[in-house]
Amino acid sequence: MKSFVIFALITLALLTFGLYQALVAAPTEATMGDVQRIFYYHLPSAIIAFLCFFANFGASVYYLAKRCPKSDAVAVATAEVGIVFCTVVLITGPLWARPVWGIWWTWDARLTSTLVLWLIYVSYLLLRRYSAAGQNPVLCAVLAIFGAVDVVFVYMSIRWFRTQHPAPVFGGGENSGIDPRMAHAVYWNLLAFSAMALLVIWLRYRLERLRQQVDEAHATRAIAGGSR
Amino acid sequence: MAAPAIAHPAFGDVLRATLAKDLRLEWRSKEAINSMLFFALLVVVIFSFAFDLTAEESRRIAGGLMWVALLFAAVVALNQTWARELRNQALDAYRISPAPPEALFLAKTIGNFIFVILLEALMAPLFVIFYNLRSVGPPYQLALAFVLGTWALVSNGTFFAAMSIRTRSREVMLPLLLFPISIPALLAMVSATSTVLTGEGDAHLSLVFLAVYDVVFTIVGLFLFETVLHAE
Amino acid sequence: MNWVYVAYAAAWAIHIVYFITLTRGYQRVRRDIEDLNRQ
Repeated sequence: MKSFVIFALITLALLTFGLYQALVAAPTEATMGDVQRIFYYHLPSAIIAFLCFFANFGASVYYLAKRCPKSDAVAVATAEVGIVFCTVVLITGPLWARPVWGIWWTWDARLTSTLVLWLIYVSYLLLRRYSAAGQNPVLCAVLAIFGAVDVVFVYMSIRWFRTQHPAPVFGGGENSGIDPRMAHAVYWNLLAFSAMALLVIWLRYRLERLRQQVDEAHATRAIAGGSR
Repeated sequence: MAAPAIAHPAFGDVLRATLAKDLRLEWRSKEAINSMLFFALLVVVIFSFAFDLTAEESRRIAGGLMWVALLFAAVVALNQTWARELRNQALDAYRISPAPPEALFLAKTIGNFIFVILLEALMAPLFVIFYNLRSVGPPYQLALAFVLGTWALVSNGTFFAAMSIRTRSREVMLPLLLFPISIPALLAMVSATSTVLTGEGDAHLSLVFLAVYDVVFTIVGLFLFETVLHAE
Repeated sequence: MNWVYVAYAAAWAIHIVYFITLTRGYQRVRRDIEDLNRQ
């Protein structure tokens, strides 16, 4: 418990520092202006979302192989936290795009892939909610595998078959000759949000484990009660 | 006392028997075909009222429209074929039997594939008439697009239908699961169809993409079907 | 700069909403455990 509080405090400190980096320390971007600072939340969130979904895929495969309830708990936790960060990406993206390029949305490969990924995982959560208690983890694990395989296809298909909407060019700000202070802002926020993600995933994991144990207790009581 | 020998039915036999049964049942009742046809027709008609298109425009979006209509119609059919199994508790019988579950999956998929292809054959003339279509590009590519695209929809659809059949609100669950996963196939299908209909560009890439998609997802489906069948 | 504040606020709002969902989940589980222990 103590280590948790310490970790939480460190995370809070990191997040605050990250905020400072993003809003103050990083220089204003030449072409886009201050709006570009949204990037410091947008990119780390995207990276973390993808990492979460990757972890979900791993946990799902492990669950199907070993049927270990812990890995199912990890799968659910990473899926939910992944969706949270993915939602942040999908909201900060348009909020950045609108003032800079004049459009809320474009159907380019990256954005659309993110949207489809979001859809797949929301359907994962819906399946979780609407399937019978026993089949839940297995069905969801299977869906996670389909989803993960699909994401590869999604990205390729949008690159090749959507010719009307080329990706907005990020000018010189993103990769070419990036100001080191901007890179710092990205790294610090990435670190801070990663720490936060781990915290939240752990909390969700613990919640799921508790729920599993409650369900098991109910089941054994029902069996014991039935045999009376 | 020696254990009784369990005859393990051959893959091919189970496949053929299940497929024949499904086709026979459907031929007698025609319930899936009728509802599919009606649905697809409805979509086509509503779309033509909803959009006021020039000849040029309609040729360009006909591909997309066709696949949307088929997507909805296919979902209707898919829900029905598994519901029938559920009604007669055949699903439980499959689970206990030593028959290879992959054979069941393949049989259901092929059966659904035949139904949907039949539907397409019936719908195609309507589309040609409504939207004044003709194949500008090589027609074999069009045929290939339809075969590969339909298989993509049907194989994933059959799999997810089996998954959602025992969930609550199962009619909604199927499209919810199927649509996001099918998006790449949908893009490729529409791209290939539109390319051939308008004659602009080459459908080669889309067709190869569809073929790869089909192979990958059929394999994944075969691999995981037993898991889904025995999920309890 | 306004857009930045809105975006950041939106991001945090999303995280906070999820955190609240978690807290509610924990409350419910604690209640279930108490019920089980009482039986």
